[in-house]
Amino acid sequence: MSEDILRMENITMQFGGVVAVDSLSLHVGEGEIVALIGPNGAGKTTAFNCITGVYEPTNGRVEFNGQTMVANCPHGKMKKTYAGSHAGEYTEIVSRTPDKITALGVARTFQNIRLFSSLTAFENVLIAQHMHVKTNFLSESFFANAAFLDKMKTKPKARQEELDMRERAHELLREVGLSDVENEEAGNLPYGIQRRLEIARALATNPRLLLLDEPAAGMNPQETAELSAFIVEIKKRYKLTVFMIEHHMDLVMKISDRIYCIDFGKMIAEGNPKEISSNPKVIEAYLGEADHAENN
Amino acid sequence: MKKDIKKRNTILTIILIGIIFAYMLILQLNSASHSYAISIIERSAIYAVVAVAMNMLTGFTGLFSLGQAGFMAIGAYVTAILIIPVESRPTVYYVNGIAPWLANVSLPWWLAMLLGGLIAAGFAALIGFPVLRLKSDYLAIATLGFAEIIRAVIAAPGLNQITNGSYGLNTIPGYHSIFTPVIVSIICIALMVMLLRSSYGRAFTAIREDEVAAEAMGINLFKTKELAFIISSFFTGIAGGLLAIYMRSIDAKTFQVTLTYTILLIVVLGGLGSVTGSVIGAFLVMGGQEWLRFFDEPLTIGGVSIPLFRAGFRMVIFSILLMVVVLFWRKGLMGGREFSWQGLINLFRRIPQLFRKKKSGEGAKNE
Repeated sequence: MSEDILRMENITMQFGGVVAVDSLSLHVGEGEIVALIGPNGAGKTTAFNCITGVYEPTNGRVEFNGQTMVANCPHGKMKKTYAGSHAGEYTEIVSRTPDKITALGVARTFQNIRLFSSLTAFENVLIAQHMHVKTNFLSESFFANAAFLDKMKTKPKARQEELDMRERAHELLREVGLSDVENEEAGNLPYGIQRRLEIARALATNPRLLLLDEPAAGMNPQETAELSAFIVEIKKRYKLTVFMIEHHMDLVMKISDRIYCIDFGKMIAEGNPKEISSNPKVIEAYLGEADHAENN
Repeated sequence: MKKDIKKRNTILTIILIGIIFAYMLILQLNSASHSYAISIIERSAIYAVVAVAMNMLTGFTGLFSLGQAGFMAIGAYVTAILIIPVESRPTVYYVNGIAPWLANVSLPWWLAMLLGGLIAAGFAALIGFPVLRLKSDYLAIATLGFAEIIRAVIAAPGLNQITNGSYGLNTIPGYHSIFTPVIVSIICIALMVMLLRSSYGRAFTAIREDEVAAEAMGINLFKTKELAFIISSFFTGIAGGLLAIYMRSIDAKTFQVTLTYTILLIVVLGGLGSVTGSVIGAFLVMGGQEWLRFFDEPLTIGGVSIPLFRAGFRMVIFSILLMVVVLFWRKGLMGGREFSWQGLINLFRRIPQLFRKKKSGEGAKNE
């Protein structure tokens, strides 16, 4: 197996007295599609939020591409009330805001779609490239829209950047098959298209690792099948690693290389789709409810 | 076809600008008899700058700030202090005298105004650190408090030798021509539009749309908000300077909270997230307050004097009109969109339909 791009070590997230994620350790290899499954409220999204900087984990370490991306140990008030395990094992505190983590190459989508809904699909993708802008706001203001300079041999850097960004946005939308809705308001698009656009927007940040939080939520079987093909395709095209939370078992079983299953914040099983689907612990915790989840 | 439309729009724009400038030129050449109209246009242009600056924060970045009066006060005082002619300073500061280090410092008006904007921006940068962590109403309250502090500090006896305390500043040299404030306003608004259309402006809009998603897309929330706040305050400060020169005498009471509310009114009326909306709103509100003045005059029809027509009635009418506008155009006149010739043409095309189907007419206007 190739090198690990993401490694979570004993991540614990405690809210007040509630331990939502309890010393979760997992690793995602470069180029893999890994799924994180578990019943509702198991702590899957919390685990995602710990990786992407939305939450600071209470204890543990997240390593991305060989370097510590997030690390924490119980400090302050939490020192006394900490109820998780592995206390004292970590002493380093590394905290990054979500934008810094995105800059490292980790992009994500959200469980409940969070598009910039009153902007067009094109603008949504364009905005996601803002973090790559190198020129300052003054030259951006003066030159970004200075179309009359286009005939010059050497355009101002800001104009060149703007043109490249637009070009890339068009290209990305074409590649994910959304060219025809480019100028539609994102909020008015059909649900399935919105999901796809959210993934396209995440791709615009040039990620190496893509985190998908329930990408197939609310989709019918046909849309789900299209989505699984789509995920496999973009993974290949952009040389991505995909780590996803998903409830749709057919999607998970079909495309993931490995599956982690958590319940009540604790890891209960790990393995390839075959192993997971026959694991009694998983069946008890999760698949027993699978009908229920799939009917959403 | 597309090129024709573009050509038509360019021609229409040039014609419009030509008409406006020709009108202003006529006013300017007959300035003695048109001083009233000139003063309304100047005032509207100045308010338009503040309105666009506020819209940049509230309408584009989604930061509800009510500190405008404070930043205007900073800009206005810096400008006024630096441009009052040195020889008339003893008469202005006749009670407390002027601070010796300041007595002979004098700058041309545009440099003073720029400095006023920069100082306002500096204050914005400082208070941005604590207050930009707040959201919506809390941010509004914090910035409102800041504006009041500025006003109180300006009137404080300790600064008498600089700000002339509660006596205010007067004999500020005014404008020689209507073009000065109008052109400065146009430049300010153009600069803001250019920023809003750049990648940084798009980042502002992303924050308004969804902070969590914006941050997940790599946009640094604090830096971007701080940038919007500083730039907005800079232009608010410049507008304060413009206002000081326009009014020719200012005191701390000029910059009360009501000033901020007037600007908020303009922004909401014009439409949050629409620059042209703010400009149109500024002219409508400033003009409206004056055009409705005949309601304040006693009116007699057929020997019977109508009782309602008396001083202050105009504000009642004005408020009712505002309510009507807000009821029928919920998102403001422009509703987050910018003015376009095509939009105007479509509006005119729709007018016949309005009469045909009276009931759905209001819906059509909303679009």
